[in-house]
Amino acid sequence: MRVLGIESSCDETGVALYDTESGLLADALFSQIDMHAAYGGVVPELASRDHVRRLLPLIQQVLDDAGMHRTDLDAIAYTAGPGLVGALMVGASTAHGMARALNIPVLGVHHMEGHLLAPMLEDNPPAFPFVALLVSGGHTQLVQVEGIGQYTLMGESVDDAAGEAFDKVAKMLDLPYPGGPSVSALAASGAPGRFRFPRPMTDRPGLDFSFSGLKTHTMTTLKALVRDNALDEQARADVARAFEEAVVDTLAIKCRRALKATGYRRLVVAGGVSANKRLRDSLGNALHALSAEVFYPHPRFCTDNGAMIALAGALRLSQGEHDTGTMHTTPRWPLDTLQAPRAHEDS
Amino acid sequence: MFLAWSGQLCFLSTAGLPIMASLATESLNKLKHVMSILLALDASSSACSVALWLDGQVYSDHVIAPREHTRRLMPMVDALLAEAGITPAHLDALAYGRGPGSFTGIRIAAGTVQGLAFGLDRPVIPVSTLETLAAGAVRIHGATQVIPAFDARMNEIYVAAYRVKQTGLPGLESCAGEQVIAPELLEPVAGFSSGWFAAGSGWGLKERMPEGCLVGLEGMDTTMEPDARDMACLAADAFAAGNMMAPHEAVPVYLRDQVTSRRQ
Ligand SMILES: Nc1ncnc2c1ncn2[C@@H]1O[C@H](COP(=O)(O)OP(=O)(O)OP(=O)(O)O)[C@@H](O)[C@H]1O
Repeated sequence: MRVLGIESSCDETGVALYDTESGLLADALFSQIDMHAAYGGVVPELASRDHVRRLLPLIQQVLDDAGMHRTDLDAIAYTAGPGLVGALMVGASTAHGMARALNIPVLGVHHMEGHLLAPMLEDNPPAFPFVALLVSGGHTQLVQVEGIGQYTLMGESVDDAAGEAFDKVAKMLDLPYPGGPSVSALAASGAPGRFRFPRPMTDRPGLDFSFSGLKTHTMTTLKALVRDNALDEQARADVARAFEEAVVDTLAIKCRRALKATGYRRLVVAGGVSANKRLRDSLGNALHALSAEVFYPHPRFCTDNGAMIALAGALRLSQGEHDTGTMHTTPRWPLDTLQAPRAHEDS
Repeated sequence: MFLAWSGQLCFLSTAGLPIMASLATESLNKLKHVMSILLALDASSSACSVALWLDGQVYSDHVIAPREHTRRLMPMVDALLAEAGITPAHLDALAYGRGPGSFTGIRIAAGTVQGLAFGLDRPVIPVSTLETLAAGAVRIHGATQVIPAFDARMNEIYVAAYRVKQTGLPGLESCAGEQVIAPELLEPVAGFSSGWFAAGSGWGLKERMPEGCLVGLEGMDTTMEPDARDMACLAADAFAAGNMMAPHEAVPVYLRDQVTSRRQ
């Protein structure tokens, strides 16, 4: 089954073509990051306006790259949520229009399910069951994954998402948006051990996270440096390093706990923050001790993309699941309310 | 660098977006005299409407469904096609309310039509929602000169002016271009002092308009909203004239481009 995937939940327009037999055939992405950078964050109306201009050219590009014609498509998957409602509607309406024209099934897919299944696009895909750590600009969640759609939330951030904390700390340090990569780059020249930041909520049992205190701690540290007239380039790098280490350590500690709690030997890490080098090193060490294996999506599929939506859609569509009649957009949509794929009566 | 699009060539601009070379006129001239089947969608207001132009016969459906356009639109299209006994493959072109109006609504219509037209490999016809409203005032109220206006919120209105073509041909001609403007700054249509019909929610703000804009009015209906059945007729004129675009060019016309000022 050849499935076209469409992602438009936030600030990237992503399109891909996935074949259940031969894997990913083509993918294309347009990132609006430069457009939103001037505003220091995503402007929802501008994001929606851009999706509606980019989507069809990207679909055409993906078909051309795969050497396929639109009539070669067997189904279409689009991101139905969570995300910015106006942005989601662009993908949903285009997907439904196209599916109606081609008389093929169409399915609204959960964005975070896309992220957590993204490592299955790789040559060495994780087998079920596994623990998934979803870390992005909007999410920090640990999920017990028994199969497609069988998700139990084990823990999540009670305040800011990890990526959001990176973005906010980047602002404090006058670094460009998105903050994750720029804080990380600055941290690389930071001295270890000059500052030690707290590892929030690791001193008590449980799998929830909290990053807003860490953000405040960073701010207080920076203010003290300014007051002492000591905020030079090295000090900024040292602060970035202390912050990054605290986030990474916290994530690694909770992942280890989640694996112990489930007895699983596989960890999937997905979402924008999974691109973080220090996180990958740290998880590598932590999991080695548990003789567990960690799986990541390809770096280009860590952030939002169409390939993960095509894949997640294909896994469900190939079981006979599809939207009935009407498009849906669900800006708020808890992951653990999903169900295993179900065939529709009429298919 | 170029890529094929609907059998035409389209070129990649420096911005990386394909730009459609204008449709070959010969092929469009051929279309002029054939019968046409057109689908028109509008989601620009609290109404959601669809219409089918079938060689001069119009089928349509219209519901008031604020914030429900995503749920209502496709089932309405399906029901209309079924009523007329046709399938999407029979359509010659797809028209949509391109704005101005609700940003989200005009994107739903544009997105749906982009998808349909791309999937069917058919051209699209963007239709002004203000012109559609004016055509509605001609149909319902027998008006010959119409100033359609929508409440654009943020203390502004979307407004334009049209009159029935003097040549006796179908359709409307523009007397004043579309704009988004504070009601206080509205000016009377130059050259026409009387005979105007005021249509649409924008006239709910008439207390704030200058007296000069009100003296030439001969009728008013502030409850009117654009209806796809009027859009289908305008689209048929555009189709006959060959005024069509490639699917990816089916984008909204917002009029308001200042969207980044933070609310509150
Ligand atoms: N190398 C990195 N280190 C740390 N954070 C990073 C890195 N690269 C990206 N990020 C962060 O990842 C986030 C973007 O990830 P992604 O695109 O998956 O999420 P999102 O679209 O913001 O949120 P969601 O997918 O939850 O709706 C940003 O917050 C960014 O700062």
